[in-house]
Amino acid sequence: MATRYERQHPAFYALITLLVVMSVGPVLLMFINSFKLDVDIISGATGLIFLPTIQNYETALCDVLWYEPEHIDFCSLKFGGAFINSLIIALISTVLTLVIGCMAAYALVRFRFMGRDTVSLTTLMVRMVPPAVLLVPVFGLWNNEFCLDRDGLIGGLIRDTFGGRGDVCLAGTHSGIILIYVAMNLPFVIWILQSFIVQVPRSLEEAARVDGAGPFQVFFLVVLPLIKPGLAAAAIFTFRIAWNEYLLASALSDRNTKTVPILIVNNMSEFNVEWGVIMATGMLLAIPPIIFTLFASRQIITGMTAGAVKG
Amino acid sequence: MSRSMANRFTPYMFMAPAAVIMAIALLYPLGYMVWGSFRDWNPSQTIGEAEFVGLKNYITLWNDPNFRESLGVTLRFAFFVVTFEMVIGVGLALLLDRDIRGMSVLRTMFILPMMIAPVVVGLMWRYMYHPTVGTFNRFLDGWGLPKIDWLGQHALGSVIIADIWQWTPFIFILSLAALQSLPRSALEAARIDGATPWQQIIHIKLPLMMPVLIVTGLLRLIDAFKVLEVILVMTEGGPGLSTEILALRISRTATEFRELGVAAAMSNYLLMLLLLLTVTMFGFTRWQEARAARIRAAVEEDA
Repeated sequence: MATRYERQHPAFYALITLLVVMSVGPVLLMFINSFKLDVDIISGATGLIFLPTIQNYETALCDVLWYEPEHIDFCSLKFGGAFINSLIIALISTVLTLVIGCMAAYALVRFRFMGRDTVSLTTLMVRMVPPAVLLVPVFGLWNNEFCLDRDGLIGGLIRDTFGGRGDVCLAGTHSGIILIYVAMNLPFVIWILQSFIVQVPRSLEEAARVDGAGPFQVFFLVVLPLIKPGLAAAAIFTFRIAWNEYLLASALSDRNTKTVPILIVNNMSEFNVEWGVIMATGMLLAIPPIIFTLFASRQIITGMTAGAVKG
Repeated sequence: MSRSMANRFTPYMFMAPAAVIMAIALLYPLGYMVWGSFRDWNPSQTIGEAEFVGLKNYITLWNDPNFRESLGVTLRFAFFVVTFEMVIGVGLALLLDRDIRGMSVLRTMFILPMMIAPVVVGLMWRYMYHPTVGTFNRFLDGWGLPKIDWLGQHALGSVIIADIWQWTPFIFILSLAALQSLPRSALEAARIDGATPWQQIIHIKLPLMMPVLIVTGLLRLIDAFKVLEVILVMTEGGPGLSTEILALRISRTATEFRELGVAAAMSNYLLMLLLLLTVTMFGFTRWQEARAARIRAAVEEDA
């Protein structure tokens, strides 16, 4: 089927070009600058004429490189480690959120049970809670209450073997950050997936049930494959938040569980900003989302419209 | 027998993990925060050791000029951001709602800014706004124009521009989707009756899109109160308090001033504000569904 395209006024194309430059320009600028030496960035030898160098990336990734770059004496930026932390936290929390979220969404759409309205209303309400509001309680709870007791059996055992305070808290662990990310993203995922599950024809599920499938089999073998686009969209949004989040991670992580956004902010706030290296780290952080956008833009747009229109 | 038992418990089994996690890591912390907001609480104490001070934190905040300033900045930021984004986003959607080649590529490029980490967005804009090295001032300099002190005198405006860059595409995509799902018959009828493009937009397209636009606007408004990282990286709330939005102030009160009780009370103020917006949105969707049903019934009668 050939679609006919209308011919447009030249000014129209000019406008489109301008818009594309505006939206992609800053990203491109960062990309280009990440290949420049600080000297080139500051002197501003205009535009595209410069000698590209991967030195910034070498500085950023110095803790995971298999060779030692010549220009660095001391590897102070532990970017590789932070990247791995980010990856672990974002991936695990995405998977958990999706599994738990789609089960809950399915229950909310397909079953009438006691407390259903309360649950769905609560989900809708907590969607608007900003991370900043969670900062204080999460900081307090994760540090003081969500701990293995120092007098208890396991806590005591750990104190005897490893020494230290004796109580082991969620703060400073990967699981602590993952827990809050899963909780934070669940309402949104449940909300988005509901609108996809509603569209699955009930007759299919009933047919499977007649053939003797249990409720979990129906869910995993019939419903899940049919809502793949919805799952993809939800996965991307969850990953995006878990990957990009700064505030809660900075409150909960310690030296070994730092994520990339924390590392970037810490390096920014110093006085003498090394633009090249910062841009390189920023670019590395931006790469996974950019890849998603390029390959799954249709799912993202579907998810966005489904999420907003089905209030 | 056991089968029917199993069926009765099925929904709870599906719900349980989500309910447990949300109860432990969202609802309990929120309750804990409300409780903590009535206490004089610093990070080295557990909440039990902190002294109960009643409404003192709330009253102190209410009389604190810095808090008010911060609240004002937040409201101004949210208002301008949403207004500009709605106008630009909807305008672009109306303009670009045509069958042109490569529309999907175009949309992909437009959603790019939204997907990138706020920290990175802040970093890019901080570079571009840089007084000497930055792109904008270099551009102005190259044209012989006076330099602008972007993140100094005009900090709030600059921060707003960065947010508009990042989030206008959201409004654009949603209003384009709304536009393309409008009933073709109404537009066709208007065209046949000789309505000019302007008349079509004002009398047909915009009114029909309005429900989606209002929900989109409210969603964006709620999200505008969540913005933090972009501003943190660009200005750290400064100069002075000129860009210190509430979210940033909460985090500074908790980490720098080490007053968890006050920060909790501030979080509660913010939460109440957002609750109001959410309830508005919720009420509006309900009202609009009822209205749509009525209109549909009326149309069917006419036909």
